[in-house]
Amino acid sequence: MSGNAISIDGVAVAFEPGQTIMQAAEAAGVYIPHLCHHPEFAPHGSCKLCTVKVNGRNGASCTVGAQPGMVVENNTAELNDGRRALTQMLFVEGNHFCPFCERSGNCQLQAVAYFLNMTSPHFEHFYPPREVDASHPEVLLDRNRCILCELCVRASREVDGKNVFGIAGRGIQARLVVNSHSGRLGDTGLAATDKAVQVCPVGAIIRKGTAFRVPVGKRLYDQAPISEVGTHVTGQGHGKT
Amino acid sequence: MTFPLETAANPEKLKRVAIEPLSRVEGHGKVTLLLDDDNRVHQARLHIVEFRGFEKFIQGRPYWEVPVLVQRLCGICPVSHHLAASKAMDLLVGAKHLTPTAEKLRRLMHLGQILQSHALHFFHLASPDLLFGFDSEVAKRNVVGVAAAFPDVAKRGVLLRKYGQEVIRITAGKRIHGTGAIPGGVNKNLNPEEREYLRRDLAQMIAWSRDAVNLIKRVYTERPEFHNGFGHFRSSFMSLARDDGALDLYHGGLRARDEHGQIIFDHVDYGHYWDYIHEEVKTWSYMKFPFIRSRGKEQGWYRVGPLARMNNCDFIPTPLADAERREFLAFGGGAARQANLAYHWARMIEMLHAAEGIAGLLDDDDLMGTDLVTRGEKALRGVGVIEAPRGTLIHHYRINEDDQVVRANLIVSTTHNNQAMNEAVRQVAMQYLDGRNLTEGLLNHIEVAIRAYDPCLSCATHALGKMPLEVELVDGAGRQIDCLAKDGDSSCAA
Repeated sequence: MSGNAISIDGVAVAFEPGQTIMQAAEAAGVYIPHLCHHPEFAPHGSCKLCTVKVNGRNGASCTVGAQPGMVVENNTAELNDGRRALTQMLFVEGNHFCPFCERSGNCQLQAVAYFLNMTSPHFEHFYPPREVDASHPEVLLDRNRCILCELCVRASREVDGKNVFGIAGRGIQARLVVNSHSGRLGDTGLAATDKAVQVCPVGAIIRKGTAFRVPVGKRLYDQAPISEVGTHVTGQGHGKT
Repeated sequence: MTFPLETAANPEKLKRVAIEPLSRVEGHGKVTLLLDDDNRVHQARLHIVEFRGFEKFIQGRPYWEVPVLVQRLCGICPVSHHLAASKAMDLLVGAKHLTPTAEKLRRLMHLGQILQSHALHFFHLASPDLLFGFDSEVAKRNVVGVAAAFPDVAKRGVLLRKYGQEVIRITAGKRIHGTGAIPGGVNKNLNPEEREYLRRDLAQMIAWSRDAVNLIKRVYTERPEFHNGFGHFRSSFMSLARDDGALDLYHGGLRARDEHGQIIFDHVDYGHYWDYIHEEVKTWSYMKFPFIRSRGKEQGWYRVGPLARMNNCDFIPTPLADAERREFLAFGGGAARQANLAYHWARMIEMLHAAEGIAGLLDDDDLMGTDLVTRGEKALRGVGVIEAPRGTLIHHYRINEDDQVVRANLIVSTTHNNQAMNEAVRQVAMQYLDGRNLTEGLLNHIEVAIRAYDPCLSCATHALGKMPLEVELVDGAGRQIDCLAKDGDSSCAA
């Protein structure tokens, strides 16, 4: 290993100056599980799913800059156990009913859970009361499925220039809110083609009238695990990362 | 209203016998009998003890989720719920007429469902009684016993069911709980490879279905008086029928005949089913009691399912099944038309029809078309009705302007048969149990009567908030100390 390179699980990975570990890994085709990271947006570091060991210490790979000679552990039993626990917490903190969710098969949360061999929620379900906002004619906001990744918040602010979404409250009270006088999506300037609609990694923000159009067997994660096909969903989401 | 043997006058003086849980039926139920010291039956009830509540918890959900969500009512007949809900959703999105590809693909899916469900019931659940006898050795009276004594019969049952499940997998994406039907159409067609795959074993399936009809016909006709008379009563029947009177399991108008075979109503647009059918609730069951409105609660109850469809249709549009139907109706001068156990015979004729119908559809190139979805003017109310394996299945939804479900009413096949199953229980209790020392074999007679209807108890209990309940506190001598009652309108009184 020489020059601008790091080691991920013993394999040398080159990087460009200024890249994070996640960006270097993506460029090299190395999968690090993640949910709040998106290559088109600045590092966020909130879901912690991409935690790796950097020279023996934990760090979020989407926020830690790559430095020459770094030794990174990624696909280890210890790290994946922790990631699985985080994923299980996301499931029980919301109301995720994969059997009838239209994002099933195209959902990053579900795909990450499969990748991490999550076979049960393990923790007791919170069953929190969460509101569904169906007031927009073309977009449904189902907060039951929100994992607070803030991708819609960032996309609306930075790409769409509309500032439609925000996170209110702290800790377990944190929730996705809508920036309008009524607090309802139908009273915002959101358009179905906005980046904020396309970027949701789960089934929290979905376009009306498109549900279940892709048959079982043809959905993104019916084809291969998320580690192989990335996170691109036709008309929704972003490219292989 | 109360029927004879439904409620005993002095229950505190009677001993209670419970058959719990009912075996070889889908879902959880029990039968209770109240007997006096001479083992005379004073009360016999079929209780549905599980509770589902789908009608309530889909409120607020977007309508397009409904066909995928409500099929989770059942693991045996999910396709029926999937399609009944989809038919209702078609109306919500203004799809009054589906494309030929969409309708035929749904019909294929549905016939696969009929085939697998009927095979499951006959071979796995009912055949132990029919092949070994109602009071045969209990340790062998199950599908494992059938596999040991009649390996060919058991094997055919498994493979017939497997074939039906394959039809479902190819049309819906999964054997259980797929997503094939969407509001206004379907999400896939049939490709040539899939068509050839389904054609490969079809001749065998038709042949085995014919054998199954012959098997039940032989069993039934060997002891005609016993089978005709087992828990016998007369009732009305209701089903869908095509405009020309043909058996149609996917679509048609509502048709009802009375106990003498006379038409009560016909060609009824099911979009206004509530003008013809009402539901009664009773304190002792989570399942509602529907009745034909014009005949009232006492006379208006009816039966649905294979026997109802045999009686109601004018013909079956596949030749082998229609020949069997005519033979069935002619048997004994029509003696089997009202018999509980004739449900098995009718069910196998329908399985043959399903196999024939699949063959006919697979010859239709429309299945491989690419025009899958149609849309029109949005509506806020949709009713979908289908003939599920167990009978007429009604799904009724209202949504708001934001596309969320605000009201749902499901009248499930087994619910239509609620009164009939209770009547069968009472008749069998009087015929075989009254005044005798009870044995397992005698009690199984009660279960045999219920099993004839192939009830799906999981499907049938949804009346959250509507169910009247009575809670009684009694002392050791059976004296009532306190009582709290909640009426059907949710009012509460001490």
